[in-house]
Amino acid sequence: MNLTRTLATAGRVLSQIRHDPRTIVLLLVVPSLLIGLVAWIFSDTPVFDTVGPAMIALFPFIVMFLVTSITTLRERRTGTLERLLSMPLGRGDLILGYTLAFGLLAVLQSSLAVLFAVTVCGLEIAGSVGLLLAVAVADAILGTTLGLLASAFARTEFQVVQFMPLLVFPQVLLGGIFLPRDQLPDVLQAIGDWLPLSHAIDALTAVASGSEDDAYVVGELLIILAWVVGAVLLASLTLRRRTP
Amino acid sequence: MDASSAPAVQVTDLHVRRGSHSVLHGLHLTVPRGIVVGLIGPSGSGKTTVMRAIVGVQVIRSGTVSVLGLPAGSAPLRHRVGYVTQEASVYDDLTVRQNLDYFRAVLGADRADVTRVIDATDLGGAIGQLVGDLSGGQRSRVSLAVALLGSPDLLVLDEPTVGLDPVLRRDLWDLFHRLAAAGTSLLVSSHVMDEAARCDRLLLMRDGAVLADDTPAGLLAATGTTDIEAAFLALIRDGGP
Repeated sequence: MNLTRTLATAGRVLSQIRHDPRTIVLLLVVPSLLIGLVAWIFSDTPVFDTVGPAMIALFPFIVMFLVTSITTLRERRTGTLERLLSMPLGRGDLILGYTLAFGLLAVLQSSLAVLFAVTVCGLEIAGSVGLLLAVAVADAILGTTLGLLASAFARTEFQVVQFMPLLVFPQVLLGGIFLPRDQLPDVLQAIGDWLPLSHAIDALTAVASGSEDDAYVVGELLIILAWVVGAVLLASLTLRRRTP
Repeated sequence: MDASSAPAVQVTDLHVRRGSHSVLHGLHLTVPRGIVVGLIGPSGSGKTTVMRAIVGVQVIRSGTVSVLGLPAGSAPLRHRVGYVTQEASVYDDLTVRQNLDYFRAVLGADRADVTRVIDATDLGGAIGQLVGDLSGGQRSRVSLAVALLGSPDLLVLDEPTVGLDPVLRRDLWDLFHRLAAAGTSLLVSSHVMDEAARCDRLLLMRDGAVLADDTPAGLLAATGTTDIEAAFLALIRDGGP
């Protein structure tokens, strides 16, 4: 592990994205647009105040997962990864570099999504907006790191895109958006309680409704960060210098 | 053998499978230091697999590969071996300079090195352009420039001159010989037989094994032929492996 190499990698990834303005716009705007759509659907009901926080968890998470997994897969496919791994770049340098670069984008994206949900869509936030933003950013970074991990197991774009339904959809289904988790069958509830997206949804809902104190939210935030660290470690360990 | 007098590359009894197919079955080869060695053979003969094993990115079944006296792929070698893959392994969505700056940072090489490799590969006019907008020949030169960063002791170049115009090809071969004269060891693969004559030494490969290991002149004399292609055919006819 080496700070210079990690930062150089993060800078390189950001330069690559800078040369692709359309990706930047999509990345920043799409989650807000989807949140706006949900708000519009429920505009004549009080439902948005209940599901709105979950949407802030959901859309940035999915978008960051997809973008990161495809970008890293592309690195694998074009031979640059092979070249880097024949150089003195640590596996952790690469994974952390990607996490930092996409983490920065996640900060921008989530800030925009929160701002949009609160000011344009009129989402009521009883708790601290700062804490809401912190959870939203951690959740988007979680999407990034799970995307990094998923791309380690994919050889082609077809495979990596299918990791989304495999890794993301169950978290959405069991996260308590469709049916509160305490009404799920016991086994599914136990699984749902474990999944990282559930913690993000719980924390965002708690801040928005003011139903729990800040200590609870910070606790959930720490659990999400633990998943982030775990995914980064696992992604570094599964990266192989030698391939068949 | 101590590391400073060991050959640039020593491969012993190397077996590699890719998928269900055996690519290398007991390959032996030696690359001496400070010269340009050509790894010549038709496509599919296993050249790329040998090169991947030498830079330490290939999973091998058995055998030993030592580079500059150290096991291939070991950490100290990652500064000392430059590798150019067949497709230009550079970032299309970065400029030439951004590519070189990044790989320079990864290698921990001197900043001035970027200018040196740009001059060596004659890329001065394209420095601010996106690599994706360059011609195929220019892209492969960017890839070569990256391999030259940090002045590695061994350069492993997989078909570096494919698709280049004859003037540029000649310039690159001149560059390879200048590097060798300065002490760099080079292993350069090609499926173009007429490039073989430019090498100091040749390893002729076919079907996962080395058919001949000789100088171009020695090879022609041994086979009684006048060009490398004919020598290659003579070797196969006379019951090579």
